Amino acid sequence: MLNYLLRRLGQSAVTVLLVTLIIFVIIRLIGDPTHLMLPPEATEADRQLLRVQMGLDRPIVVQYGMYLLDLLRADLGVSYRFSRAALGVVIEALGPTLILTTSALLLAVVIGIPLGVLSAVRRDGPVDQFAKIFAVMGQAAPPFLFSLLYIKLFSIHLGWFPTGGYGRVSNLILPMLALGWYSAAGIMRLTRSSMIEVLDSEYIKLARIKGVPQRAIVYRHALRNALLPVITFTALQFGILMGGAVSVEFVFAWPGVGRLMLDSISNLDYTVVQAAVTIGALLFTTINLIVDVIYAMIDPRIRYA
Amino acid sequence: MTVIEPILEARNLTTMLRGRAGVVTAVDNVSLSVYPGRTLALVGESGSGKSITCLSMLGLLPSSGKLVAGEVLFKGRDLAKLSQRELEDIRGREIGMILQDAMTSLNPLFTIGYQIEEVFRYHQGIRDRRELRRRAVEVLEKVKIPAAAERLDSYPFQFSGGMRQRVSIAINVALSPDLLICDEPTTALDVTVQLQILRLLGELQRQNNMAVVFVTHDLHMAAQFCDDVAIMYGGRVVESGPIREVFDNPVHPYTVGLLGALPTLENFGRRLVAIPGQQPALSTIPTGCRFAARCPSAMDQCREQYPDWFEWNGGSRRVACWRTEERLHAAMARAPAEVEHE
Repeated sequence: MLNYLLRRLGQSAVTVLLVTLIIFVIIRLIGDPTHLMLPPEATEADRQLLRVQMGLDRPIVVQYGMYLLDLLRADLGVSYRFSRAALGVVIEALGPTLILTTSALLLAVVIGIPLGVLSAVRRDGPVDQFAKIFAVMGQAAPPFLFSLLYIKLFSIHLGWFPTGGYGRVSNLILPMLALGWYSAAGIMRLTRSSMIEVLDSEYIKLARIKGVPQRAIVYRHALRNALLPVITFTALQFGILMGGAVSVEFVFAWPGVGRLMLDSISNLDYTVVQAAVTIGALLFTTINLIVDVIYAMIDPRIRYA
Repeated sequence: MTVIEPILEARNLTTMLRGRAGVVTAVDNVSLSVYPGRTLALVGESGSGKSITCLSMLGLLPSSGKLVAGEVLFKGRDLAKLSQRELEDIRGREIGMILQDAMTSLNPLFTIGYQIEEVFRYHQGIRDRRELRRRAVEVLEKVKIPAAAERLDSYPFQFSGGMRQRVSIAINVALSPDLLICDEPTTALDVTVQLQILRLLGELQRQNNMAVVFVTHDLHMAAQFCDDVAIMYGGRVVESGPIREVFDNPVHPYTVGLLGALPTLENFGRRLVAIPGQQPALSTIPTGCRFAARCPSAMDQCREQYPDWFEWNGGSRRVACWRTEERLHAAMARAPAEVEHE
């Protein structure tokens, strides 16, 4: 188990390193930030001076090496737009984003898994029919489109929720729904198909043969097996939700990392972009690591391998 | 000979399955009797309805299947009329069933010990962990798993196929059931392991005077380990009786064909005779005798009307073929002494 953990930890470190390298290169390909940092009337000499000051004149390999050294000291550079540490800017925006994505994912899990189980146990029953409609509606359009529809319906026509903003629970409901329903549909469908497959297996048949009550068959024997793929999928959903949050945050004026990223990219505030991507990668690999641990706790074949 | 009552008597079981080809009759009017201490071989090709018959009797049909008619009398109760709750109570305690594929019939996420303990937990309400463990070790020893106590915390993936089948047997005989159904319990195992498992089953049967239904397509195995036989074809039982009598004097053309296709000492070196054609798919079952299309002695009547049972020896020998009488007379003419001897 410890071996397994250490191996996964090593893999995660490599992943984070690769992600930082890729974003480092890409951000330097999109443009020269000095054009945006200095007024238009600045001369080429002024810009060159700034480049030297910021170290942008050096070879990219050297720049990357320095970035890594700074990273070890948790120094991700200074944002020129905010004139303070990029890391601080990102972490400030991370709070709202995490609130949005975790509540959306929680909603998706709390609705998706029970609905998937119930529709698998009573296939073609009323719950299953409802679940089918639920899934189609959730996946019929990308979250940002739902965001717009919700605003039109619930904010403008019905006036139940504000059109955007941050700070109160009522601000959270619509973006959470727009993000969460989409994931709930996926989680529901995977739980359902995984559950149907497991319920059809020989070991469930043997459990029935030995007289295990139906409840224990479904919730002990079948669900535990059926959840294995669902756990992986849910972890991936977290990444997808982070991505989806970018557009939803934009629509609902939610002060999260997504909106910060959009603004920082269009202003070529590269330290903030780098910091955000690095933090995102760290977050995502950590979640994957946690999932792997959960997986090993459930499945002995991984624990002992 | 004293009259022994059957412990399980299935009467006119009919099971429908809903599949891609529509609704088919997978088991059609099947009747079986199983006696304490005796083993009934249920023989037939794959798709002849052997497994579905067994699952129908235990109320274990998949959601696509339904037992539409018939009675399953077990110790005076009709299992077909019981609720799932009542069946849960009988299964695992009074009736066990061993499945074909030992590799997949144990839950991969639970220890061997837990999966055995469940039987005591749910049927006897034992909650004490030490008591549960003690009993699980006892059962594992009963099925001859070495170092049983140390094996309790192992997971199925750490066991070989033969060992897993032993665990599965342990689960099923833990509460000394009166009836054990074995659905091709050795098909997925190595030949050397097969024999060990069969011996173990025989031993357990003798200990508890257990009735056994042994589903197989291996006629040699059936002849060696079983007392009675029921031959199934296309969802119907076509011939049944004590296995020696049936194999020595097969009457139904399908039984004759099956036995003719077997290598024996007598036909050694000669070409084996295969039955021409194939078993009909359940969706295209003919109205008359299911075997008529392949039968060398089929008449018009065979194709139009399903044959009635022809019974003799007080009903212990039964054959569903229109030409049974004719054939028995011919046999009598050939070897009168032998037939009269019965």
